[in-house]
Formats: sequence, C-alpha cells, structure tokens
Amino acid sequence: MKRTISLTVNNRPYTFEVDDRKTLLEVLRKRLSLTGTKEGCGEGECGACTVIMDGQAVTSCLILAVEADGTDIETIEGQSIDEDISDVQQAFIDEGAVQCGFCTPGMVMSTEALLRRNPNPSDEDIRVALAGNLCRCTGYYTIIDAVKNAANKRGGKK
Amino acid sequence: MAEDIIGKSVERIDALAKVTGDAQYVHDLELQGMLHAKILKSPHAFADIVSIDTSKAEKLPGVWAVLTGEDVKQYKIGLYLVDKTILAVDKVRYHGEPVVAVAAETEEIAQHALELIEIEYNELEPVLDVKKATEKDSPIVHEDLGEYEHMEGVFFPEPGTNIANHFKIRKGDIDDGFAEADHIIENEFYLPQVNHVAMETHTSIARWKKGRKVKIWSSAQSPFAVRDLLGKGLGLPHESIEVVVPYVGGGFGGKAGIHFEPLVTLLSRAAGGRPVKFVASREEEFNSVPVRQALLSRFKTGVNEDGNIVAQEIEFLWDSGANADYGVNVTKAAGAAGCGPYEIDNVKLDSLTVYTNKLYGTAYRGFGHLEVLWATERQMEHVAKKLGMDPYELRKKNILRPGSRTITGEKLYEHSGSVGKCLDEVAKALNWDQKKEEPSAPHKARGRGLALLHKAPAMPTDVGAGALLKFNENGSVNLTLSLVDYGQGTYTALAQIVADQLSMPVDRVNVVWENNTETEPYDWQTVASKGLFISGNAVIDACKDLKKQMKEVAAGPLRASVDHIVLEDEKIYVNHHPDHYIEYKDIGMGYTYPNGNGIGGPLMGRGRYIAQGLTNMDKETGQGLPALDWTFGAHAVEVEIDKETGEYEVVKMASAFDLGRAINKQNVIGQIQGGMVQGFGSAVMEGYQFDGEGHIRTNTFTDYKIPTTMDIPKDFTPIIVETPQVDGPYGARGVAEHPMISVPPAIANAIQDALGITIDELPLTPENIIEHLENK
Ligand code: FES
Ligand code: FES
Repeated sequence: MKRTISLTVNNRPYTFEVDDRKTLLEVLRKRLSLTGTKEGCGEGECGACTVIMDGQAVTSCLILAVEADGTDIETIEGQSIDEDISDVQQAFIDEGAVQCGFCTPGMVMSTEALLRRNPNPSDEDIRVALAGNLCRCTGYYTIIDAVKNAANKRGGKK
Repeated sequence: MAEDIIGKSVERIDALAKVTGDAQYVHDLELQGMLHAKILKSPHAFADIVSIDTSKAEKLPGVWAVLTGEDVKQYKIGLYLVDKTILAVDKVRYHGEPVVAVAAETEEIAQHALELIEIEYNELEPVLDVKKATEKDSPIVHEDLGEYEHMEGVFFPEPGTNIANHFKIRKGDIDDGFAEADHIIENEFYLPQVNHVAMETHTSIARWKKGRKVKIWSSAQSPFAVRDLLGKGLGLPHESIEVVVPYVGGGFGGKAGIHFEPLVTLLSRAAGGRPVKFVASREEEFNSVPVRQALLSRFKTGVNEDGNIVAQEIEFLWDSGANADYGVNVTKAAGAAGCGPYEIDNVKLDSLTVYTNKLYGTAYRGFGHLEVLWATERQMEHVAKKLGMDPYELRKKNILRPGSRTITGEKLYEHSGSVGKCLDEVAKALNWDQKKEEPSAPHKARGRGLALLHKAPAMPTDVGAGALLKFNENGSVNLTLSLVDYGQGTYTALAQIVADQLSMPVDRVNVVWENNTETEPYDWQTVASKGLFISGNAVIDACKDLKKQMKEVAAGPLRASVDHIVLEDEKIYVNHHPDHYIEYKDIGMGYTYPNGNGIGGPLMGRGRYIAQGLTNMDKETGQGLPALDWTFGAHAVEVEIDKETGEYEVVKMASAFDLGRAINKQNVIGQIQGGMVQGFGSAVMEGYQFDGEGHIRTNTFTDYKIPTTMDIPKDFTPIIVETPQVDGPYGARGVAEHPMISVPPAIANAIQDALGITIDELPLTPENIIEHLENK
C-alpha cells in the first residue's frame, strides 16, 4: 500500500508517496539518491546504514519509511558543505580511521550522535556507542582515537 | 623536501571522499534501464538436479531473463583449475550454490519470479569430512576432474579421487632425520572455514553491447583477472571486454579472481542488452560466495634434547569445498611455508586440496598461512612443553637466519629481513624475561604466548604490472595503474613515491581512482601483498622515464647537456644556475620558445616491473624459488582467564613485522591493527558451522560474529622493524596480509601457559576452554 509521508532530511523538507514496506534506507538511497548511507546487511547488525533520526542514531534498514513520517533525519551528506567538513569527519581523517570507507558514514553518524549526547565520553562509552558499527578493515583503534580527538576538539570549543 | 615524503604519515588521498559519503561504490551505481538480478540457491549440499521448471517465472510481467545451468553449461570458469560453472549444471555441490538466475525490472519482481520456479532434486550422500573424502570408497565430488584445464606443471590433480592438487616438499632425508631425533612429537590441528566479511558485499553490473562486447562494473580486486577469466570462460576476445572498478568496500582476497561477473554478463545478453545488477545479500555473502578453506594438519616432529628440530613430517588436508579453482594455489603456496620460519634439514610435506560438498575455498588475507601457521606455532608449543624448554628459546634456536635455507631450498640473506628481530621486539614489549603479573582475582589465571610468522607473495613466477604518468596542463601529474586500492592505502604510498621521485608536493599527484581495463596498464591481480612492491617499482620506472623526457626537452631551451639538468621543487634547471629555470607546467605539454616554436609534445612516463628470477617448484620435491620477498613477523600475547567460565581477555599484545621500509607510517600501523583484529576474529570467535547434512548454520551476523569495539584487545602495540629489501621500492616489502597470521596460536599458546591445556582446534571459545579443562 502507498502512503504519503513528510520528513526533513538534512534540513530539506520532503513530501512523497511511498510503499509502506520500504525501509528508510531504501528511500534515502534510491528515492533521494543519498547513497552515502550504506547497506552492509539489511538486518540491523552492521551499522553501515546509521543515520540520525530526531537526534538519535538509528539503523535505517530497520525503520520503515512510513515510521519516519514527521521526523528530522540527518545523513552523512548533511555533515559537510563542499570542503567544509565536520569536526568528526576531520578527526577521522587525522587519525587515519578510514580504510575501505564502507563503514565510515555509519561510524561518523554514530559518533556525531554520541558526542551530542555525551560530549566527554570515556573509552568505555565510545566502545559501547560504536559496538553496533562493524568495521572489518581498521580493527577500530584509529576510530576510537578519532572519536576521542573529536570530543577533545569539541570540548575545547565550549 | 624529498626525504620528508617517504615514511611520512601523509593524509590518505581517498579520505575526504570516504568521510563525506561522496565515494561511490558499485553498490551505489544505477544505470538507465537497469534490471535487478536474484539467484535461487541450492537447499542441499549434494544432489542431482532432476528437473527445473521456470515457465511460470518467465511469464511474470517485468521478468526479462531467466537462466539455468542448462543455458550456461558450455562455459567453465577458473583461475588455476577450471572447475566452476556459472550456475549448477546437472548437480548441486554445496548448500547455497546458485542454480537459477533471474533478471527483472525490480528486485521485488525478481524475488517473486524465484518463488515461481520449481526444482526437483535427488539428494546424494554429501562428502563432508575432509579425511573421509580422501579414502578410496568416498563418493566423488567432481567425476570430470581429469578433463578440467589447469596450469600444467604447477598443479597436479588426481582424477578419480577428490584430490584437486597434491603439492609435495622433500628436503633432506626424513628417515635419517627421525633416526637422529631424541624425541618424536605428533599432533593434529584443525581450523574451520571462515568468511572474509568485507562490509560491501559482492556487487556487479554488466551491460551487453552489440558486437559481442560487454562493459562491467564490479567490486573486484583485480580488473584484469576479471577480464581475462571472463574472456576465456565465455569465449570473448579481451578487447571486447571493459571492466571498471570504482571504490571497493574491502576485499581481503574475497574479491580476487572472478565472481558474479559472468552471470550478470549472460543475464544482460539474455535481456537484450539491458544492464543487469546483482548485489549479494549478506546471507548470500555467507553462503554463496567462497570462503577461507578449513584445514586439518598432521605434524610429526623430530627434535633433539637441546631443542634442535631435525625432522618434520607434515600432512595438510585442505577442505576446499565444492570447487578448487583458487584453492589449489593456497595448498601450494602455504605448503611452501609449511614448517614456519624455521630451518629444518629434513622435511617431508604433503599438501592436498580436497573436494567436499561445502562452500568452496578462495584467497583470504594470508593465503593459507594463517591456517598452516596455526599448526606450526601450536606444534612448537607442544615441542617446548615436551622438552621443558622456554618457548622463546626453542624458537630462537630454530629460526631462519642469514645463510639458512627455506624448505624449498631458497637461501636467505641479511637483507631478506629478520624474524629474530621481530621475536625480540615483541618479547621485550611483554617483558618476557620477567615474571608474569599476578592475576586480578584468585579464580583467574594469567598466561603469555608467542608466535612467529612468515609469508611470501603467493603468485605466478612472472607477475608484472605497469604504470602510466601523464602531465596535466598545470604541471601536476595523473598516475594510472590497475592495482586496486580497496582500503589498503597503497595509492597514497604510490603518490608519495611519485612526489619524491619527481620532486613535487604530494597533492600535485592525482592517482586516478577508478580502475578501467581499457585505459590502464596491465596488472595481474591486487593480491598477495605484492602491490606496493611490484607497482611501486613500476611507478619508479615511470618516473624515471618521465624525468628523462623532461630533461631531454629542457636541454634545448636551457642549452645544456641532460647530465647537468636538475629537477627540483617543480623546477628544471642547470645545476649551477638554479635561478634560471623552467617550471614543470611549462614543459609538461611540450615547451614553447618565446618566438612560438614548440618542442617535445605532451610528456608521458611509462613504467613496468616484473618479478625477477622466480621459478616453478619441482613436482616431486617442491624445490625452487617461489618467493618474491619474505615478510617476517611475531606476536606476543598476555591473557587473563576466568577458570570457572573460560571467559578470557587479551590484556596485552604486541606485534612486530619486518616490512623493509614504511612508506606511510600511519597507514602501515592501520594495516597492522586491522589485520591483527581479523586474526583475532579467527582465533576467538569465527568459523562456519554445518549440520550433519552439510547445511550452513552460520549465514547471518547473528550466527557468525566478527570482532566489534567491545572485543578487541585494549592494549595493543604495533611495532615496525625495517631491514630494507634490496629490490623493494625504497626498501619496502608487503605487510597487508601478515598481521593476521599467527594471531590464533599466540593466543592459544598463552592459554596453554595459563591453564596447562593444549587446544589445537579453533576457535578458542570459552566453551572450548572449559571442555579442555574438564578433560585435563
Ligand atoms: S545495513 Fe542496517 S545495520 Fe546493516
Ligand atoms: S574501513 Fe572498511 S569496513 Fe571500516
């Protein structure tokens, strides 16, 4: 069945008709061409599809598009304007936290959500917050360093 | 300027595209008119296909193509042994094998079409045990083995059996060796199949074009291998095939060789040339895509009272699963390193690739070395225990050193790298010579373990690669080559090499990211940790060629001999007149005199390199020179185990690798950390499980766990040892695969030290530990 939904994605309002079986991930990638959000499993187990929905990190492959009706969504594409990238993205570059890059958008979004909720995360907080984001390349060390680096910089801004 | 670039942690050239989500993977590509493919897979491990009825699916609106084995049976695919069909023909040989493929306008229609297909199978008794598969009365997985094409003189299939290859090493005299030994120690070791788990699943798009041509976009490690194997398999000339590889989301060997490219090609042809895309689901990634082989090893070691190992007899039974097109080479390459980095005078080694009715084997980071070193490094621990000797001392006594000969008879030199240095570095990092720390609670125990490793690239003797450098109008350069950077960071290192060679800032070097077989020079494959070595040398060669041209053209306007012309900081001048110069941008497209005369034309550097002096190995003795270079390494691990639950933590770990020269320190450390954690996964949690009928029981992330942030060792020290490789670029040798090798035995050896139990089967789960404690 089709339903009409309205939502905001990266500050841009959208209203469209959608099949009620489609996931938010499918809609972002196929309908809105926001392919920065990745699909690694489609089962809520890898975190590659992480976006921020009303301030919370969520796995968009587990959310139906109709459930996103009325919400505010942030994706990786909303984290930079041209070269002007977020402090989290810069920290990922500086710490060498990127290899194949397929997990990176999800990692960046999980980190962003964590730092908004908890600006001074402990190592354990970071590990817990990223436990649902799988990365097969980096072994996570540089990613954890990147989160700490971003937290320090953001803390410094305060 | 120059000295600063090599060894520096230059920012990854692909980092910005990746952190912003701008990097486009095949997953993200959509073409006009594109259809979506789905495959119907075998529910059985071994069965005759009695009938397939696709008539209802074909009539479903929106379905453009339906293919079965009958339609594609004339095509055979394979790298070293051509034993694969594109879809199952007459028989299915593993649970998950693709049987029917459909291309339709949407994924939903394709899925619906699959549901309308009726297949009747006649189940056969599956071959599931690798030992039994080698017995005389075992059912045969491939009756036609004798007819399969293979690299003659390199691989030796045994038709009429399940043995797809038999590789042998014979060094010294094994009987004399055992006769001389004070002790003989025999053990068996096992490890199960493991999945690569690249975060991007296998994805391919093909567009069939008029005139029997095809364009392919694929998540492939090796665009030219795809082109070659597809051309040979489908009978298409090389020049009619174009393979494009954009960003790739991890490979680890799993995207080497060829995968779904032939299938999407044939679907596109059947659909009248509409492009067809296939994206493996995560479940398909677990049960239809090849894996790391399981291995059963038997070791018999003769050692003297003083710890000197004098003889070793080894049998490796590789569970290759239903195909062995790639697996035969794992058997050979890892067989050639089968004794570990030790010098042993008398060796008899038999390494057999064995067909079974399981998911089939392919390359996986380490190419058989994690598997064989699981056995050698556990066996060393058994030997040390028998002799009551410190495992460090036992290893130190037997390691390969300058002047030693490997088991294939290769002599090592000072510049070959040093396993001894790696061993000492990790031992020092864990204070091996001091007493262990006390456990944090009385019901806990602490233990320490060591393990060594070595690996050479597993590749044909004549592997080569090219590189092309072109000037841009502003004096920057574009580098093209078909080595693929799917996360290793090689392109950044190559950009550093160009920057150093041409004396220009690294951001003026544009390494063309997207790979394309039509425009790029050849490379065999992106595998084997040979990328930086071979392509680095090719890139240096291209730089030399370009510099020569630059000097030749500049010699005119500078009115000087080329011998006295200097290239520095993007300027060309005669050595004693640095202020009178020509900028690169004024010569890259040819030089123009003030009166308008032009000379030179656009400059292009051509580079090439091929492995030199390597030989095939003798069929009966395995003697020969297969190794481009040896990268040695060592791990030291300290664990703390709860004796009641078997739960344990790696509290401290250090790993050292003699990688010759680190071109980019940060990226090298990243490779070491990432590789170590992959090895850690193999050690503590990963492994396929099958039921009694050969059905895969581990095909989701719920059943097949890989390490997360919660699992990794908290205190890990990567160590770089640099003994320059004479023929490596700037002395570098590969280190992409090595960090994961020997992590499992290092941990098992630490568990043995803590609890006195000997676990010779992976993974090292708490249940496994408790079981051994109870049987102690
Ligand atoms: S794709 Fe959503 S969690 Fe894996
Ligand atoms: S960088 Fe490849 S999966 Fe994380």
